[in-house]
Amino acid sequence: MAMFKNITIGQYIPGTSFIHRLDPRTKIIAAFLLIILLFMLRSFIGYGFAALFIFGIIYLSRLPIIFVLRGIRPLLIIILLTLSLHIFMTEGTEILRVWFISITIEGLSRGVMMGLRLVLLVMGTSLLTLTTSPILLTDGIESLLKPLKRIGVPAHELAMMMTIALRFIPTLLEETEKIMKAQMARGADFESGNVFQRAKNLVPLLVPLFISAFRRADDLAIAMEARGYRGGEGRTKFRELKFAMHDVYSIVFVIGFVLIISLFF
Amino acid sequence: MSIRVENVSYVYYAQTPMEKHALYNINMTVEDGEFVGLIGHTGSGKSTLIQHFNGLLKPTSGKIFIDDEDITKRKMDLRSIRTKVGMVFQYPEHQLFGETVYEDVAFGPSNLGLSGDALEQRVSEALAMVDLEYDQCKMRSPFALSGGQKRRVAIAGVLAMKPKVLILDEPTAGLDPKGRDEILDQVERLHQEWKLTVILVTHSMEDVARLATRLIVMNHGAIAIEGTCKEVFRQAEYLEGVGLGIPQVTSLLRELNKRGFDVVTDSYTLDDAEKEIVKLLELKEHGNV
Repeated sequence: MAMFKNITIGQYIPGTSFIHRLDPRTKIIAAFLLIILLFMLRSFIGYGFAALFIFGIIYLSRLPIIFVLRGIRPLLIIILLTLSLHIFMTEGTEILRVWFISITIEGLSRGVMMGLRLVLLVMGTSLLTLTTSPILLTDGIESLLKPLKRIGVPAHELAMMMTIALRFIPTLLEETEKIMKAQMARGADFESGNVFQRAKNLVPLLVPLFISAFRRADDLAIAMEARGYRGGEGRTKFRELKFAMHDVYSIVFVIGFVLIISLFF
Repeated sequence: MSIRVENVSYVYYAQTPMEKHALYNINMTVEDGEFVGLIGHTGSGKSTLIQHFNGLLKPTSGKIFIDDEDITKRKMDLRSIRTKVGMVFQYPEHQLFGETVYEDVAFGPSNLGLSGDALEQRVSEALAMVDLEYDQCKMRSPFALSGGQKRRVAIAGVLAMKPKVLILDEPTAGLDPKGRDEILDQVERLHQEWKLTVILVTHSMEDVARLATRLIVMNHGAIAIEGTCKEVFRQAEYLEGVGLGIPQVTSLLRELNKRGFDVVTDSYTLDDAEKEIVKLLELKEHGNV
């Protein structure tokens, strides 16, 4: 189905590049720092450096650039909305006036900056998921959250929930597609009508989907119980995470980069 | 009502790293009133192929004609095709959603704009076609029925569209032997009494041997063998090679033949095989073996 072919959020492209081989924790921390940096930047030069940084990672990861850019597409409306709100709503030096709408230099530059910020945010974070398998990603999150266990953060449980949720996205998409096709074969129409009609037309899709999701959840719970799953206590790992030297170098580089850029630009 | 497939190829996720060829240059026809068995191993492309027959998938290249009308052309009214070609997916009971059996079966025809008496007529007819009592079950929840009954309600939901061709994808999957026989008997009746053209997709030779007038064997996205049951089962070695096998009675006869008994090896129904073996035993009694 065409509508599901473009979903790249959370998609992982296997590879063996330097970026792929980094410890997931390194990548999570780096992505986190990048997000903070993007919110601190105030000048176009700073954004230029951030963009350069992201394109550098894309180059190192050997991913087709189109995959990273594709992640922006679902957010295009939000980006355009932000851009136009800033352009039309900011007071300042007027450069153009059409009827009651005025465009100002301040508005233009702030709008473009906000747009850039969103685009770079999406690119940076989708690079994380594109180069890290979901399992490693959740392992990394679990390991980073571990210190918070003392104040009652259920790190393992959160990670397990994330793993399961990620694992079932493709399954549920497949299921959705199957049920859609079955109902379309009975003359169902998911593509036309006004909002209310469309919502009503979704019932024959959502009811079977929910039923099967509950059935799957039930099966999974039983399968986990049957194999003696009792939560994180004393549970060992098949793949232990290990910081290597290149992780240390990378972290130091990213911290240095973020510090310098945020201080000067 | 005939289906003609010309040079159809299909590629999943074209132009991405996950690109996968599912069908290679398929050519086939299904004539009006035929009962075609489409057999293939998991992943042989049979499910992909049948989804082309009612326009759920568009071929990457090639054409499909239904009653000599090209359904791959642009601006084709797919809904009219879907009323002609009914499709029962694998585990069709997973698509049930109605609060009552009536509501679920009525979904298809009401999408066609039917209402009132005409709609009720359709629903009761469709339920009768799968041997369910209309008055008894119309107000029941489909989720309260047994597995086999659920499946029959789901099939009735497709039959209520009054299709001329019925495609069934593994209709017996996950049923016990009794449920399987019931479904197959019903399919046979749909073909003989209701004159539907049937395409039965399966990986079980036993299922199709009983019913199909013609078999199409698929392997790796292409048609491997095509012909009557007899013709196809004669190629037992090939079928076993692609992991399909032949009906048990056929392999019994072949084994007897190999050990020097004079029996034909291309029977595939229990009755025919019985006759062969009785013949053999009679000969033995007269001391001629």
